[in-house]
Amino acid sequence: MNSKTQNKIAIGGLYGIAGLVVLILLALLGYILASGVPQLSWHFLTAPGKAFLKGGGVGIQLYNSFYLLILAMLISFPIALGAAIYLYEYAKDNWVTTTIRTAIEILSSLPSVVVGLFGFLFFVVKLHLGFSILSGAFALTFFNLPLLTRSIEDSLRTISDVQREGGLALGLSRWETVTRVILPAAVPSILTGVILSAGRVFGEAAALIYTAGQSAPALDFTDWNPFNISSPLNPMRPAETLAVHIWKINSEGIMPDAKAISSGSSAVLVIAILLFNFAARYLGKRLYKRLTSA
Amino acid sequence: MKTTEQLEAKLKRRSKAAKLEIWGRLVSLTALMLIVAVVVAIIGFVASKGIATFTSNHVSLWDFLSGKSWNPGVNGANGKPEVGALPMIVGSFLITILSAIVATPFAIGTAVFMNEISPNKGAKILQPVTELLVGIPSVVYGFIGLSVVVPTTRAIFGGSGFGILSGTCVLFVMILPTVTSMSADALRAVPRYYREASLALGATQWQTIYKVVLRAATPGLMTAVVFGMARAFGEALAVQMVIGNAALMPNSLVSPSSTLTSVLTTGIGNTVMGSLQNNALWSLALVLLFMSLVFNLIIRLIGRKGRLQ
Repeated sequence: MNSKTQNKIAIGGLYGIAGLVVLILLALLGYILASGVPQLSWHFLTAPGKAFLKGGGVGIQLYNSFYLLILAMLISFPIALGAAIYLYEYAKDNWVTTTIRTAIEILSSLPSVVVGLFGFLFFVVKLHLGFSILSGAFALTFFNLPLLTRSIEDSLRTISDVQREGGLALGLSRWETVTRVILPAAVPSILTGVILSAGRVFGEAAALIYTAGQSAPALDFTDWNPFNISSPLNPMRPAETLAVHIWKINSEGIMPDAKAISSGSSAVLVIAILLFNFAARYLGKRLYKRLTSA
Repeated sequence: MKTTEQLEAKLKRRSKAAKLEIWGRLVSLTALMLIVAVVVAIIGFVASKGIATFTSNHVSLWDFLSGKSWNPGVNGANGKPEVGALPMIVGSFLITILSAIVATPFAIGTAVFMNEISPNKGAKILQPVTELLVGIPSVVYGFIGLSVVVPTTRAIFGGSGFGILSGTCVLFVMILPTVTSMSADALRAVPRYYREASLALGATQWQTIYKVVLRAATPGLMTAVVFGMARAFGEALAVQMVIGNAALMPNSLVSPSSTLTSVLTTGIGNTVMGSLQNNALWSLALVLLFMSLVFNLIIRLIGRKGRLQ
């Protein structure tokens, strides 16, 4: 066989593989949306769940998912921002920095179930926080920190050193250069990173089943006092999220319409992630234009 | 005299900007140290719980790693508790290696297509789709596995449909986007003039891809595959939903079995803290932690070797 026919066969094969992969991926997306979207209705998205009967909704789980996401982001963003600033703007290139980077990499490669088990051991049992939103938010923070730190550091890296030199030459201290010059310029790509990591946090379940718990007690949406047990804002109540809900009703199998509910919930999760993705791209571009007048 | 002293003191005092600088540096350093503390705490806590099986329950490490029956509540024939983790360890490795073997050709083939053959279609269709699929939650993969893959396996091979084969299918689709996009990054890093030089020597496109681009990108491609394996090894819920959760040695690909993660997720809520059953589960978590460190080390070694060449 000469090399030209070989070339043709190989390229054809690659076309086949790529086509097959696109087919698999599109079938996957198509299946999720086609089986899930018909389940969606206002009732499904807002009504509380029913454990043994048909016709329950996922209102409480959906709310819990967003509440946990916001809490986890509020805790993890300042820490990740500080860590990224120190790593990129201050840290010297020596073995200490290398070790710290390795530690962050290890944290990002830990299976999320291990992070969840640690959260269970430390927050739920040792600190007596119980299965609660707070425990869940801390577990999600640990899961999120390494990813967010890396993405913010990458954002800082895209800002050219000319900007840093300019700030220092004007007599600003390093910290002022970072907060007044570098961060404003990096805002669009930091925001993109934050939204993308929010998507990952939103769908995380393994880190939550033993920290935020697997039950969703009824909430009273007229009571916004965070100290009342049925208040949506109470951070000490157990809170099953949408992703945990899908896992739980499928592995327990006592809900008669578990399949319909899980299809609907999967579609909600995927649509939410799609929206996060589009928002990240759109807002990033928009802000970049706004801030740089490019 | 007094005025000069006052002036001196004033000049030697830290300026507002200098104070702010120290403060900012301290705050950002604290944040970084917090992350390091978290890593140390996770490893410390899980390790101290995990070795309790061996130190306070006096199970031998060898029995744990090689024993074939997992039933921590019951004492076996020799009067010792049955905490053989081999079925789970084998299950985890089998499912990881199989899914990596299936996913690698697809992922690398797609990455080559995206980068070398049709960059236009790649950038327009493949890249957005893979990036989106990287973000799909693992429970969604598990649910689809449960409602599509398991019934299909049952129809073809009989039995319950739960088992290593279903788990492999789910993990294959799950790690495919990750490995593909990392492989594409690796291929993109190969300098353009490598390709130009090869084509100028009269090599066909396939020869260029096979003999030049893939060779030059090997360390990056290997990193991508190991990364996918690490993800497959640590995946809990998606696997737990389709593997059948029977702590038995897998004797075929379609019989119910279990992995480290699946036993952990189902078991930890049903055992009492401090009991042997519970400690044995923490030992499984320790194995999981250890393996994730090993994967990390492999990725590092590949990276270092790739840089030397």
